[in-house]
Amino acid sequence: MTTPYPTPEAIHFEPIASRSPPRAARGLAAWLRSNLFDGWRNTLATLVVLALLALVLPHLLQWALVNAVFRPDNAACRAAAETGACWGVVAEKYRLILFGRYPYAEQWRPLLACTLLTGLLAASCYRPFWRRSLLLAWVVVVGAFFTLMLGGSFGLSAVETGRWGGFPLTLLLSTISLMLAFPLAVAVALGRQSRMPGIRTLCVLYVELIRGVPLISVLFMASFMFPLFMPQGTTIDVLLRVLVGMTLFTAAYLAEVVRGGLQALPKGQLEAAQSLGLSDWQATRMIVLPQALRLVVPAIMNTFIGAFKDTSLVTIVSLYDLTGALQLALGDADWRKFFLEGQLFVAAIYFVFCFAMSRYSQWIERHLNTGTRRQ
Amino acid sequence: MNQQTPIIEFKGVNKWFGEFHVLRDVDLSVARGERIVICGPSGSGKSTLIRCINRLEEHQQGELIVDGTELSDDLKAIEKVRKDVGMVFQQFNLFPHLTVLENLTLAPIWVGKLPKAEAEERAMQQLKRVRIAEQALKYPLQLSGGQQQRVAIARALCLTPKIMLFDEPTSALDPEMIQEVLDVMVELAGQGITMLCVTHEMSFAKAVANRVIFMDQGQIIEQAPPHEFFDNPKNERTRDFLSKILSH
Amino acid sequence: MTSSSPPPKARSFSWRSKSFRNLVYQLTAVALVIALGAYLMHNTLQNMRLRGIQSGFDFIAQPAGFSIGESVVPFDSAESYGKAFLVGLSNTLRVAIIGVVLATLLGTLVGIGRLSHNFLLRTLCGAYVEVFRNVPLLLQLFIWYFVMTELLPPIETAMQPVAGVFFSKNGLQYPIPLWASGHWLTLAGLLAGGVGAWAWARAARSHLYATGLIRPVFWPGLGIVVAGGLLGWLVGGAPGGLDIPEKTELNVVGGGAVTPEFLTMLIGLTVYTASYIAEIVRGGIQAVPFGQHEAAAALGLSRRMEVRLVQMPQALRVIIPPLTSQYLNLTKNSSLAVAVGYPDLVSISNTSLNQTGRAIECIALVMACYLTLSLLTAAFMNAYNKRSLIKER
Repeated sequence: MTTPYPTPEAIHFEPIASRSPPRAARGLAAWLRSNLFDGWRNTLATLVVLALLALVLPHLLQWALVNAVFRPDNAACRAAAETGACWGVVAEKYRLILFGRYPYAEQWRPLLACTLLTGLLAASCYRPFWRRSLLLAWVVVVGAFFTLMLGGSFGLSAVETGRWGGFPLTLLLSTISLMLAFPLAVAVALGRQSRMPGIRTLCVLYVELIRGVPLISVLFMASFMFPLFMPQGTTIDVLLRVLVGMTLFTAAYLAEVVRGGLQALPKGQLEAAQSLGLSDWQATRMIVLPQALRLVVPAIMNTFIGAFKDTSLVTIVSLYDLTGALQLALGDADWRKFFLEGQLFVAAIYFVFCFAMSRYSQWIERHLNTGTRRQ
Repeated sequence: MNQQTPIIEFKGVNKWFGEFHVLRDVDLSVARGERIVICGPSGSGKSTLIRCINRLEEHQQGELIVDGTELSDDLKAIEKVRKDVGMVFQQFNLFPHLTVLENLTLAPIWVGKLPKAEAEERAMQQLKRVRIAEQALKYPLQLSGGQQQRVAIARALCLTPKIMLFDEPTSALDPEMIQEVLDVMVELAGQGITMLCVTHEMSFAKAVANRVIFMDQGQIIEQAPPHEFFDNPKNERTRDFLSKILSH
Repeated sequence: MTSSSPPPKARSFSWRSKSFRNLVYQLTAVALVIALGAYLMHNTLQNMRLRGIQSGFDFIAQPAGFSIGESVVPFDSAESYGKAFLVGLSNTLRVAIIGVVLATLLGTLVGIGRLSHNFLLRTLCGAYVEVFRNVPLLLQLFIWYFVMTELLPPIETAMQPVAGVFFSKNGLQYPIPLWASGHWLTLAGLLAGGVGAWAWARAARSHLYATGLIRPVFWPGLGIVVAGGLLGWLVGGAPGGLDIPEKTELNVVGGGAVTPEFLTMLIGLTVYTASYIAEIVRGGIQAVPFGQHEAAAALGLSRRMEVRLVQMPQALRVIIPPLTSQYLNLTKNSSLAVAVGYPDLVSISNTSLNQTGRAIECIALVMACYLTLSLLTAAFMNAYNKRSLIKER
């Protein structure tokens, strides 16, 4: 029944050293074979894609680079209109696009303000900085941001909010609305988990109502209805109205994110805290929230990316954020023809920021290793 | 097929994962009805060895012949081999969206071309064999680990394979459930099927195996009948390994 | 002595009792919200009185006084606001439904392409997803609108990619059948063919269970649908009339048409949403543990059967919930039509609001419509989730 195999005495054991795999399994040829030419379907796909690229890429490069005009020279641009891109429109209009209608001479102020805020955002991503002093830094930088932009003190001339625009406005709206939305979202998420039916219903109504309608409705509501809500005689800044609208909107989505984190936390944590004698409020503040929030950092990042892109909608209620400022800048009849280049420039700015943020969110999900499902 | 020809033959088989040489010049012959236990430290290539038998892993050099069919890229050959080889995994890998009965009848209906009624009959027979017939209409995640693994064994048996491969079948189980799975495997062994089992359960090896193979760093270091293997290991590495796993 | 039901809960009114405290909190919260609501309402009424703004929904019956750029049913400015809103809703649904279908198709292909063995395909699909996800939708719509209205040739020199199809700044014009009764019969025939194909699939399944032999299902099913349509067409008198757009010197006359605004919304929404759907599909496919593939392969299932019987059911469970919320997002995003001039619900509500000054009523109507859609989708998703839940201990 058994095959004869070498008996232990007969084996003369010799350890075999590790060898390299045979030629065909490594190197560029092997990679090409397995990635591009692996079977007839893949080979066909590769050939089709290469053919398409060969058709499109040369024309694209010609238009975008070779024949393009980089100087802000209207005449040259028109001359090259059909054959080359006019990146000169960017050179000509970039300040209008980036800073909106902010007074030309004072544009160093929004530049400084944005640099500070962006720097702080980037620093907040770095884990060793997650300490209480970070919160203090945030308060200081946001205060500085507003002081710089508004002026009227420290010898800076006053600039009304109606003239704010471009990138600072985008950054302002997304960051501030998220900051303000945060405490509201935490309260609503906790309220939704609570066993008190009255509070739970209120929270559920709020979240479902806001999430069921488009952001544009909320912005219209904020724009048209807020003045009616206020006692007669008071006027509210358009920027403030829009900020409130965006905050309420972001808070509803953020509340769902926080709720996901609260649900992902094992029940044992709360039980352990209670068995130690902590009150409900203490347990929530010191044990549950810190852990739940850490769990959903990637999702919070995604909400921020969403808010950053959604600020473009304020264009529709006549606030000139980055997208709106572009419309403004290219209302000029001379340069209107080259709208596409301007749009691509603005799209590139959004892309760089959003792509960096989404890469960060993926990185942090891997490193924290505790992300809940990414939306 | 001649009763004397080996049912599995490895001839100079080499396999690499990228640059890592995981199987080095492996020569092995398995006779019909033989029961082999393969042991060794982690990373020694033992799981890779048995996965090559049903082509879940591909070897890059050498010959591997299963029941007269040489394993290569030929899809028909792979199909034929997979019909005759059943496999049981460490993580059970039952299909969670199907009931236990549906898990067992899936392959016989869709691959084995059996009518549903006959497939179900066969499935119930196998479930009785592993003593879990009363759970036929439950879903896998409603069962305990030991029960799930027994269902996995029954699922592999439904195709009436000639060879059964076990890849650390009890490593993912809680201690009190290991015995029920081992009992099933011992019963199976008594029924004449060829078995290759990668496991750390040396009691099983002593009870059932014809041959114990020790692998390390991609090579077969030593092979012997159990009593000789455990009482009188010849190679130093074997002795080293045995002292570690038999001490507790 | 044992009692059959628990004793009634002792009610205490001390601050130390948890239930008392909860009651107090809830009453306070509700009271605060009501107080806030009353204050806002008071202000609103006062402001409206001061500004002479009317209120009430009676404006719905009044004539609208504006015309709508495009609609499924004819509309002129003498018709009521109510009808205008309905036209807006129909435009929203039109772009949303077609958008959802196209986005799902495109998104699924790109999602699968991201998992392809082919490096070029993988990179291209990955680049598509990253580019379209990281640029705001409004900007994308503006770019598409610019392309549609500035970069395309004027109607005098319209592009003609295929005979009878014209593409220009004025939109897309294409041949449509001259509708005759025979066409209804064709549709009926297609429907009957669909039913026939479904019956064939059922028969094939029971044949499989009875004998173990597999009958082909896809091609014969398709053949039955086509045959049904053909039969209906023949019975209806084989109507062949096509209204083909013709190019005159300054214009293109005839045929069916879609406006550049509609095309902008459709293409913009499809391409944007497809990038999200691609990620959802990819996530779903990757969520199926690798061990499932190994088990199916070890059992000898062919790749096609493995996908159909083991991987797709499990992947779909992970894909469908986020997919339905993307469908909802697409519908909500169609509200951006107001920025490119496509007369959807929000756009028409905006016009009405500006004309009648009934801000609250108009906005409330719009929100009610979208809320209804959201709640319907949520209900559907909950039902699906309950049914398809993988049963655990």
